[in-house]
Amino acid sequence: MNAVADIAGIVLGGLAAGTVLFIVSVGLSVTMGLMGFVNLAHGALAMFGGYVIVLSMNRAHFGFGAALALGFVATAALSVVLERMLYRRLYRAGELDQVLFTIGLIFIFIASTIIVVGSETQQLQLPPALSGQFNLGFIQYRAYSIFLIVVGFLIALGIWLTFERSRIGGQIRATVDNRRMAESLGIDVDRLFTITFAFGSGMAGIGGGLGAEFLGLDPQYPLKYLVYFLIAVSVGGLGSVIGVYYASLILGILDFVLTLYLPKGGTIFIYALTILILLARPQGLFGRKGL
Amino acid sequence: MSRHTIAVIAAAGAMAIAAGGATSQAQAQDVKIGLILPYTGPGAELSPEMDKAIDLYQKLNAAQIKPYKLTIIKRDSKAPNGAAAKIDAQELLTQEKVDVLAGWIYSPDAIASAPVVTAGKRLGVIMNAGTAFITNLSPYYVRTSFTLWQSSYVMGEEAAKYLHAKTAVVAYTDYPPGKDALNAFKYAFEHNGGKVIDAIPAGGPEATPDFTPFFQRVKDEHPNVLFVFVPAGDQATAVVKTFAALGMKAAGTQLIGTGDIVPDDLLQGMGESAVGLITVHHYNADLDNPQNKAFVAAWKKAYGPDSTPNFTSVGAWDGIAAINHALHATKGKIDDGAAAVKSLEGWKFNSPQGPIEIDPHTRDIVMNEYLDQVVKGSDGKLHEKVLATFHNVKDQCKELAIGPCAPKK
Repeated sequence: MNAVADIAGIVLGGLAAGTVLFIVSVGLSVTMGLMGFVNLAHGALAMFGGYVIVLSMNRAHFGFGAALALGFVATAALSVVLERMLYRRLYRAGELDQVLFTIGLIFIFIASTIIVVGSETQQLQLPPALSGQFNLGFIQYRAYSIFLIVVGFLIALGIWLTFERSRIGGQIRATVDNRRMAESLGIDVDRLFTITFAFGSGMAGIGGGLGAEFLGLDPQYPLKYLVYFLIAVSVGGLGSVIGVYYASLILGILDFVLTLYLPKGGTIFIYALTILILLARPQGLFGRKGL
Repeated sequence: MSRHTIAVIAAAGAMAIAAGGATSQAQAQDVKIGLILPYTGPGAELSPEMDKAIDLYQKLNAAQIKPYKLTIIKRDSKAPNGAAAKIDAQELLTQEKVDVLAGWIYSPDAIASAPVVTAGKRLGVIMNAGTAFITNLSPYYVRTSFTLWQSSYVMGEEAAKYLHAKTAVVAYTDYPPGKDALNAFKYAFEHNGGKVIDAIPAGGPEATPDFTPFFQRVKDEHPNVLFVFVPAGDQATAVVKTFAALGMKAAGTQLIGTGDIVPDDLLQGMGESAVGLITVHHYNADLDNPQNKAFVAAWKKAYGPDSTPNFTSVGAWDGIAAINHALHATKGKIDDGAAAVKSLEGWKFNSPQGPIEIDPHTRDIVMNEYLDQVVKGSDGKLHEKVLATFHNVKDQCKELAIGPCAPKK
């Protein structure tokens, strides 16, 4: 009985951590797959959304749901402004230019956050219904973790259905597969990208807020977790929603187990594993060839 | 040239001479203190607590500081790895030509700065860093804060005696003070019949880790107590919240620690999760003594009713009081590091934390430790209730001369 509870605790803890990673990274995967644009500042948008969510709750006394909605809208809006004003200029630039530009953007976000809000970690105040324990029948577990896992699954399902069943999903898939052909068929790729970019950034914003309980939320956020976002995206495969979902969950569980059994530097195996996976499958576990 | 103009020029000249005289006089009495604190990075929220205490001391004790004038020159020690702090110490000594160095929130910063302080031959007042052997690293270091051995040793004894715990797991931030906390707790707990069944290094001081996997491991091990040391700040809040969220108390494990896990300024934000926690520390804002009542009242008057001093504020307060003492004892020649250190050996002071003394042999602080429990007061706020007081606690690492405090062969 105890062993079951112990294993369940590990699996649930890892799934919750992986879910946070998925919600933040999914937008990055789609936009990178769609435009081939290396947007390292994706985590900065997640941080921005997280700050909007946490501050609107702590200072303006928004409810949890309202704050999440505001975080999504605000981050999506900011990302459209950034895309129109800055990103657009670099679509045809080389990858190095894109990397330098988005890294610079990260530093601007970090410095602005320190100036405007301060360098301390922001605390997410969970609503009482989510802050206790939840009875799963065979064990009691942290209610918030279970909430996250369920929400993450619904988001993954929703995005997957949109991708596979809707018109815009078809357009995105077509563009990811062959951009030139999609454009010649009359798909407005620029508009498509703006919409996708805004949606992905909004999701990242929600992820920043939802994940504050695990990842914390401070100005260094975009740099601290950049590697994790990139691993989730590259292992999952660019442009693959399901790939990022599985990769995030695997990464979350592995990280949790390794931290638990080898607290001192156990995570090094994750990097080793990432290298091995990418050596065997450069396009990622679920990526399509030729991207 | 009219008579009037000549009078104006003469008056201006006289004023210039007077001003010049005043300047040279002020220079003779002006004392430069180089303050090394992390104004950015993970410790950034602790620095204002210390700055406020230093400002408040100067405001409230202006009469005692006279005829000297303290000028504080601040430098940012950034990430807690010592690199920036060492450069700060060098620049403060060589470019700003400070008379005294002070500050150091993180142990790696004080450890890295030690050779510079020694070479500069200036008094270095450690206002926070708590790794025991730091004062051995430079003969010019005097500490007014605490060592982890003081609190963790007492906590180890009381975990066995007061809480009747048989088994313990230790989770600690993996850097020098964390290792001190582990060793001190383990030594005292096991000498009183307890057994430390696991010691978990839980990340470094640079970033707040997700404590869930560490605490999941503890939960699976079912110890009577979980002893935690993390640097006060964000990590403390994360520890208390994660412990509560995992339902570990219901599973039969009591969370204990040094006072670092319940710093006064963060306590209210921890909410219900903190109620019942037992810690050992040298200070809490609820301490019932006249100095502390006056200190907290003055603090709230100056910085608002919701602002609370914590133990880092008191370390800074006592530190600036020590500098003021050395200044008067050396008759202003505080830049003579050896004389300044000598004047502080055996120095006694009524601090907000209770009576303190600088041990003349180790230059480390001797002070009271308090066994505290977080309780919810009738005002609906959280308070620290003192369960027991331990008087004149010395740093056991140096008293026992073990581990890194053992004399070099």
